[in-house]
Amino acid sequence: MTLSLEAASIDEEPGSAIGARPSRRLSLPWISVATVGVLIGLWSLVSYYRLVPPLFLPSPLAVSRALSGLATTGFVDATLAQHVAASLSRIFGALGVALVLGVPAGLAIGTSRWGKGILDPIVEFLRPLPPLAYLPLVIIWLGIGEASKIAVIALAMLPPIILSTASGVKSASSDHINAARAFGASRRQLLQYVILPGALPSILTGTRIALGAGWSTLVAAELVAATRGLGFMIQSAAQFLVTDIVIAGIVVIAVVAFLFEVVARWIERRLVPWSSRR
Amino acid sequence: MSVLRLENISLRYPSGDGGSQAPLILDRINLDIADDDFIVVIGRSGSGKTSLLNLAAGFLPPSSGHVTLDGRSLSGPGSDRAVVFQDDALYPWLTAIENVAFPLRLRGLGREQRLKEAQALLERVGLPSAGAAKVWELSGGMRQRVGIARALASHPRFLLMDEPLGALDALTRVRMQGFLLDMWQASRAGALLITHSIDEALMLATRIVVLSAGPGRIAKAIPVRFARDYLAGVPQPELRASTQFRRLHDDLTGFIHSEDEGVAA
Repeated sequence: MTLSLEAASIDEEPGSAIGARPSRRLSLPWISVATVGVLIGLWSLVSYYRLVPPLFLPSPLAVSRALSGLATTGFVDATLAQHVAASLSRIFGALGVALVLGVPAGLAIGTSRWGKGILDPIVEFLRPLPPLAYLPLVIIWLGIGEASKIAVIALAMLPPIILSTASGVKSASSDHINAARAFGASRRQLLQYVILPGALPSILTGTRIALGAGWSTLVAAELVAATRGLGFMIQSAAQFLVTDIVIAGIVVIAVVAFLFEVVARWIERRLVPWSSRR
Repeated sequence: MSVLRLENISLRYPSGDGGSQAPLILDRINLDIADDDFIVVIGRSGSGKTSLLNLAAGFLPPSSGHVTLDGRSLSGPGSDRAVVFQDDALYPWLTAIENVAFPLRLRGLGREQRLKEAQALLERVGLPSAGAAKVWELSGGMRQRVGIARALASHPRFLLMDEPLGALDALTRVRMQGFLLDMWQASRAGALLITHSIDEALMLATRIVVLSAGPGRIAKAIPVRFARDYLAGVPQPELRASTQFRRLHDDLTGFIHSEDEGVAA
């Protein structure tokens, strides 16, 4: 019994396909790292041989110098850390607002006929609109301060959160609900103990999608009357044709968004470990 | 003595237009379940076995007829009737012991009190050290034991079980049959169990109810004594090997097959 189990586990070398030798294969992360390396190498070659003028494509070295300059002396009256902090506070502020409004709205759509009837058309109106289209209107209503920026980002985050919450509620197992009903659960208990935790994996997925939407809206929101933020930084660098700062800003956004994704997946594994197992 | 009674129950699939031509699923079912009964409903798929259990549990309203408990008419699910599902229906976001404690939490019992009761129940189902385990870490048989412990936590007067052993492998299944009988005897709750296994029906039932299909009717009700013999100490293999067990097995197989042909003709 033990012997056969051991024999079986030797064959199950992680990442090996049938007939392939594990030792000769490059693992998936290394393939990705190699790809990034090759792209940066190509970029260096292009700028070294001046195939593209530095004004359009500064060298990787220039961009990394711009990055360290950003970190120490900063750009347009703020250091990189201050720009990042300004953007992050808008993203998290908007995410908070979107979750506080979106999760109850999604629960209402998923659990009640009235909720669905009232909220569906509103969500379907909002969902396909590009945030830039309602940004001017939000500025007229809320002014050019933080409120309008957070509102625009939150509006972009709402539909994915509402829709994923509603779909999580609708996919709740009828056995789970019936079991609780048989134990005498009230409507509120059913919602709190069964439907909401059951919808949690879906809500977290919606939150990840919302963060993506939030980043794309952030840059647009910071184009208008901001004095800090990554979007603002890129925009003003572009006006002075400081291309290395523009590229550095883009890289910073990409890295921060990637870290968000990593953290979000870590939270998912901690909070809803069952969703990948059942 | 408590009696859960299905009185002249018929069930049609709800049709959107309220027309009377909706297909009949169950046709005038009369069934009494006393609290010392272990009733096993058997029938081929499509005979409305599960609908019958859902009606008894109160998940479905009957199209006509009544479900009563000691003469009192029931209109929905309630903690007097606990349900065990084929697909365990445990909550994956709770640990095993929290699942067992769930009905007590609904009743507003404090955390310490309910975990203490849940631990005692886990010990009763033979899983004294499984409390902290996540649901997905347990085997199918263990999950079903946790599901039964959870059902018992609400101190039900009736246990309604929808193919609770259907997803288990053959060996675990036989072991769980003995376990179910022990639990039934200790809990003093009446039991209604749905299965498509004739062997399981004979092993568990004090009365077997055969449901015919299209529409579901009670075709036959047979009193059986193997369950009581087992509880009196006769081992399962001996019961299975007895002439009487085999004869009843053959009779029931023949009867259900002839039903099939009747439908096909």
